[in-house]
Order: sequence, then structure tokens, then C-alpha cells
Amino acid sequence: MPRSSFLLRQLSFLTRLALFLPGAAGATSLQPDDVALLAGTCFNCHGTNGRSTTAIPGLHGQPEARLRTRMQDFRAGSTAGTTVMTRLMKGYDEVQIDALARWFAQAGDRP
Amino acid sequence: MTPFSRRHFLSALAAGSATLGCPALVRADGAAGRVVVVGGGFGGATAARYLKRLAPHLQVTLVEPAQRFHTCPFSNLYLAGLRSWDSIGHGYDGLRVAGVEVIHAMADDVDSARRTVRLSTGQSLAWDRLVLSPGVDMRWNALEGYDEAAATLAPHAWKAGPQTQLLRRQMEAMGDGGTFVMTIPDNPFRCPPGPYERAAMVAHYFSRHKPRAKILLLDAKDNFSKKALFLQGWKARYGDMIEWIGLSDDGQVTRVDAGQREVLTAFGQKHRADVLNVIPPQKAGVIAERAGIVDASGWVPVKAESFESRQVAGIYALGDATLAAPMPKSAFAANTQAKVAAAAIVAELTGKAAPVPAYANTCYSLIGPGYGISVAGVYQAEAGRIVEVPGSGGVSPLDGSPDFRAAEARYGDSWYAAMTADIWGQPG
Repeated sequence: MPRSSFLLRQLSFLTRLALFLPGAAGATSLQPDDVALLAGTCFNCHGTNGRSTTAIPGLHGQPEARLRTRMQDFRAGSTAGTTVMTRLMKGYDEVQIDALARWFAQAGDRP
Repeated sequence: MTPFSRRHFLSALAAGSATLGCPALVRADGAAGRVVVVGGGFGGATAARYLKRLAPHLQVTLVEPAQRFHTCPFSNLYLAGLRSWDSIGHGYDGLRVAGVEVIHAMADDVDSARRTVRLSTGQSLAWDRLVLSPGVDMRWNALEGYDEAAATLAPHAWKAGPQTQLLRRQMEAMGDGGTFVMTIPDNPFRCPPGPYERAAMVAHYFSRHKPRAKILLLDAKDNFSKKALFLQGWKARYGDMIEWIGLSDDGQVTRVDAGQREVLTAFGQKHRADVLNVIPPQKAGVIAERAGIVDASGWVPVKAESFESRQVAGIYALGDATLAAPMPKSAFAANTQAKVAAAAIVAELTGKAAPVPAYANTCYSLIGPGYGISVAGVYQAEAGRIVEVPGSGGVSPLDGSPDFRAAEARYGDSWYAAMTADIWGQPG
């Protein structure tokens, strides 16, 4: 194993470890695989990769800033008439929201 | 070659396994080897599909007896007459196109030492990792008098299939003014809000066709999922048609006489039904017992980070069969568990660290057309346990407007369509 990738893996291990420290409510940094898995929790309603074919809004290829603001508003509970999203987004922290906004904005590059 | 694949190679050699045909067990472009998934429901079908998505070179075999899988979610809408039977059935062509090998058979036994699973066809499959998503089986006779034969007279309809269709036929045959009795078990059981949604859906059907009918719910507990919302919704849509009796008011049924359509409660009260729907106590699907992954509770303890069995390495379990509280035994929960397990398996087979697990649940229940309610939750692994992210989740507000209820009914339809497409749909 090349030394650089070994170091990277150790680093990744340390950041993961930090997640489980008491008081660390959420992720401090996320690896690409972490974000992909996190995004999977949205697919069941918003469509696989965020491509919706239903009344639930699609996320796929939407502008990153818009997605971020929308999720932050849901989290703050400041969006009128919201059903389930206010309850769900309170389970995602700022780092996760940032990462999800980027992932779905760039999802246009994915099949 | 990693230690794992070396071990696999030797065991494959010993077993004369078909995987020897594979030119290389570990490829530069991702995981190889074989994963067998047992159970083609929400957990298993998701796992099979996402294993292929994450690692196209992995050989993924899904073992499921049914050619078409009928979902428990929305099976209550079928009872109501709001959904056709076909519309809640899903085939496996989408998974085949995604590269999953689908074998329609029962898995009869697991040999965790030799790493094989034996099928009802006599075939034996070798695996490097095994995923069991067997759903629930009934604890026959845990409720005195309720066994498999009794279920042909007083259906449980707690696995979508012939039992659900039998219950619907009995509802159709019942005269106006008849009584539909449902017995509801203590926790844990599949789909915590399910019995209460069923009450509403049966009431919807009766309100159209047998307006003098009564629905009596005999419950072995005092509290249930979305209770205040259900009580409010039943009243709003069906007046006094539904009567719920909890544990404290002698709601616990201790004996069933399916032939007479009679039940007896803990304090000796007898109730006679025209249609009797017995939802009995449950346990993990029996193949989980054969695999040695079930504990004394009858359910499967799993690692919170990966849903690997705590008792047998290399075997993963998903969905209703597992001890995953505070996550509910729900379809949506099983789907997110499957994605976590698939990612953990692929990471392990490629010698990488598993990604941070992420779990969620959203369940809609329909009170009637245009009237939906929901429960949601977000979960994570923390120090080896699954915990709900503090401050997240919860149920629909009690003071929701008619527009709010209508929106949740609409979103419930979309939720079903999106989730089933994510699992059984054609790859997009």
C-alpha cells in the first residue's frame, strides 16, 4: 500500500473516531462514500438519485444554493405548510446539509 | 489478495464452488465474490440492487419464492378497495436488468461454517457474505388456539398475499350490521401503525357498502403509534364505527376459537365476530433461526454500524426480523438498513473502511381518501447502538388543517411509488 494512501486512511479513521466522541452531535467531515450513503436516505421519497417521477419534488441537478437554503429552512422550521421535511431535516446537521446539497446538485453527472 | 479473499479462495476450492469460474476474486475495479440475499422484500431486494450498484463485479444472487412480491404497505388500501391487487405487486425484472441473479425458491437451511445456503430446489449456493431479510413469521399457538389452520378461518393478513385476499373476501361476504373484530399484539411487531390504518381502511369500505357495520379493536397494549392522530381521524371520518379497547380496559385477547369466530380476553370477556382478523405475536423469519442468528427474544441482534449479525460473522440481517429499536419494523427502515449493509459489505470486500451509517424512516398511514398522517425519524449508530438523532422526527401535528391532511395523503402515494421504484423499478 502506498504510504500516502495509508496516511489518508489513518486520517479518515481519526475523523470517524471524532464522530463518536461524546458531544459530537454530527459529522465534522464526510468522505464521498459517506455522502453517497447519506443521500440514499432521500431516494425512497425523492426518487433514486433524486430523480422524482411523483408529486414529491426532485432534487437531481437542482442548484446547490437553492437545495442548501431549502434544507436549512426546513431544519429551522421556517417553511410554512411543510409536512414531513421539518421533522426529517432536524436529523441532519449543517455539514450533512452542505454535503447533500452538493451531491444532489452534481447528481446530473451520475446516471 | 486480502486475507478474506484468500480464505474464500481456499474454501471455494474445498467446496468445489461455482465461483471458481471467476477469473479473479479481487479485481482492481471493485469488489468481487458472491453475496447471496435471502428474501426479496423491502430489505433484501434493496440490498441486492445496491450491492450491484456499488460493486458491478460482485456476483449477487437473490433468493425469493414469489414471482411477484405483494407489499404490506398499501395492502390495507387494497382491503379498502382503493388499490387493485396488481398495483401492490412487484416483479423482479428490474433487478435482473440491474444485474442481480434472481432465483425463485425458498431458502431452507444455512451452513454458516461452510458458508452455503440450501434451497427448496435442492440447489446449494456458496456465499462470501450472506444477507437474510426474511421478514416475520407468526408465533403459532403463542395465542391459544391460533395456529396455521386457524388462520385459514380467521386470517392474520399480516403478510401480503392469499391471507390479505381471504380477509377481503370475508369483508365482502359479511352482512350489513356485522362486526369486524381485530386482535392486536403487544410490541414488537411488524408495522406499528398498521393495525390502526387497517381499521380506518376497513371502515372506509364498510362506510360505502355496509354502513351499519362495527369494528372492534382488541389491543394488548394501551399505547400505539400515532394514537391521538388515529383516534381523531377515525372519529372525523367514521364517527363511532371503530371502537378501540386497550389493555387497561380488558383488550388483551388470550384465546381464539377460529371455528366459532370467538375470542376470549384476559378477564374472561367473550367477543363474537362476523369477520375475525387475528394479528398474532411474531418473530424473525424461520431461516434466521436456522442460520443461528436469532437470540432468546426470537429476533436478530445486529451491529448498529452495519447490520451484520452479532452472533455469526459474515451474515447480515435486515428489516422486520432485526432488533433495531428505536427504528420501527417498517419498509422504509428496511430500505435504509439495506443500503447501509450493502455499503458495509462492499467496503469489507474491497478492504476499505465502511462509510458512516445513515438511517431514516418515514411512514404514511391513510385514514381515508384525502386524509393522510405520517411519522418520521432519523437515526444513527452511536457507541454500538442505534439512536434517534435528538430533536428529529415525530408525527403529524394534531391541529393539521384539511389541506395538510390532503397533502400527506398525496405524499403517501408518492412515497409508495418512489420507494417501490427505488427497489423493483427498471434502472433509470
